[in-house]
Amino acid sequence: MSARMIADKTVKYILFASAIISIIIVLAIGFFIFRESIEAWSNIGVSEILMKTVWRPGQDQYGILAMIVGSVSVTFGAILLGVPLALGCAIFLAEIAPAGVQAVVRPAVQLLAGIPSVVYGLFGMVILVPLVRKLGVPGNSGYGLMAASIVLAVMILPTIASVAEDAIRAVPENYRHGSLALGATKWQTITKVVLPAGKSGILAGVILGVGRALGETMAMIMVIGNSVIMPQPLSGNPLSFFLSQARTLTGNIAVEINYATGVHESALFATGVVLFGLIMIVNASARWMIRGQKFVEKAN
Amino acid sequence: MKSKSKSVLLFTSILVVAALLAACGGTNTPGAPVSDPSADSSTVSVSGSTTVQPLAEKLAEAFMTEYSGVRIDVQGGGSSVGVKAAGEGTSDIGMASREIKESELAEFPNLNIIVIARDGIAIVAHPDVNVSDLTVEQVRNIFSGKTTNWKDLGGEDQNIFVVSREEGSGTRGAFEEMVMGEDALIAATAILQPSNGSIRTTVSTTPYSIGYLSFGYLDDTVKSISIDGVAPTEPNAADGSYPIVRPLNMLTNGEPAGVVKAFLDFILSDAGQKLVVEDGYIPVQ
Repeated sequence: MSARMIADKTVKYILFASAIISIIIVLAIGFFIFRESIEAWSNIGVSEILMKTVWRPGQDQYGILAMIVGSVSVTFGAILLGVPLALGCAIFLAEIAPAGVQAVVRPAVQLLAGIPSVVYGLFGMVILVPLVRKLGVPGNSGYGLMAASIVLAVMILPTIASVAEDAIRAVPENYRHGSLALGATKWQTITKVVLPAGKSGILAGVILGVGRALGETMAMIMVIGNSVIMPQPLSGNPLSFFLSQARTLTGNIAVEINYATGVHESALFATGVVLFGLIMIVNASARWMIRGQKFVEKAN
Repeated sequence: MKSKSKSVLLFTSILVVAALLAACGGTNTPGAPVSDPSADSSTVSVSGSTTVQPLAEKLAEAFMTEYSGVRIDVQGGGSSVGVKAAGEGTSDIGMASREIKESELAEFPNLNIIVIARDGIAIVAHPDVNVSDLTVEQVRNIFSGKTTNWKDLGGEDQNIFVVSREEGSGTRGAFEEMVMGEDALIAATAILQPSNGSIRTTVSTTPYSIGYLSFGYLDDTVKSISIDGVAPTEPNAADGSYPIVRPLNMLTNGEPAGVVKAFLDFILSDAGQKLVVEDGYIPVQ
């Protein structure tokens, strides 16, 4: 075998090893978290952990349902606020903005992804929380789902915007030409032709955003209040649900792991297992969506 | 990781032994309370409460400058970890920033408790709150969620926002023990923050909020509330008139001996207690 061939083979094995190592790391982390959580699952009970809302380690009560609801609610709020914004950004960049404007807007949006989480948290704590507090609902401390959802919406914006922009650009040019040739306006073309064609890619972007939102920790701890309660409306208006304080699954681990020992520590690992499961489901559905997108392209 | 830290430990103990052998030949530290700590016990491990940790690190540093042959390793972990480490002998000294529980004493009957300092816990409110004096019972009712409006305490007609530390924190443990008692629990609706610093920020920026802080963290951004007319100050805590004061404990399994005893004696000496005062705590001597 020539030296070139040997080098070629070696590189192949090195790359293969890198791929294998990342799989091993994921499996090892999953295995480790699960092993540490076994004590909690067996001592406390699966349904006790998943279905109870009272979390008082001092009283041996370890229900994480309130935190599952907290994580899901804040993610829902972030999607509600963040997706229209991100989609607007993506459509603007892919369909409307001239090259010069794109060159400014795109890096600016991407810059959002580079801001450290703790800085978002600080901004939320010092600026957003006092603003939210101005809403005159009794019991509104400013800390809670709304402040957290706004912070999170901005944090997931770059992820969704960039994936959605790629999806929109991937829609074949012929589609647009066809639509315009039939007399549709640009806006009609975007809403009736381009967006439906890029739908699965855009959805994949949204789901990646959901995954990012579920995993966010530091910024959430700083603005959500961390109270272990089932979020509920503070007044007759159902929208005041978002003024309720809450705790996320990630926040539960980060806030309490420093002092936890024994079953308490294991229950925090169980929280991690639930989070791991949620994020795996979310990522798997994103992959499934992206595969759907490719299928559409091939069919055309 | 484990084997690496083990080899580091081995290496340092070899260094310590070598240093001791060298020291034997000549200079002996004047005024040492204990004659020549034996070579095998001249590394002291300390672990536990993160409240005591910074103070213990300073004390260890001062001790090590005086006795150059000794090495003291200080680690955190929390008060419960400190009790366990001392009781099980995994550390020479455990640290706890609260009273030792009955259950812990039952588990480790040989536990020897040395109070090295005291720390007051102050009740603090947002500066605009116009209530400045409460009884312990009123504080208990606020934190348990029984009293929810400032007007019931002579203040404005505004909801009270309770801010507390997270479960497991020594400061929360001490507060629960001294204020909440056996039955009352801190309300689930309380805003929880994971450190003294973030409690202070939250209380100072949230109108009508109330929280609790270690004395060391008091400043002008929050309003400190008197308890039964006694202001949370160090002199009031030292003379016993301020009621919410917790001990900062060092724990050993049985009577301390050798270097461990020397270190504990140093902490209780004038030099050690001076460092205690410097860190904003109340000296015990």
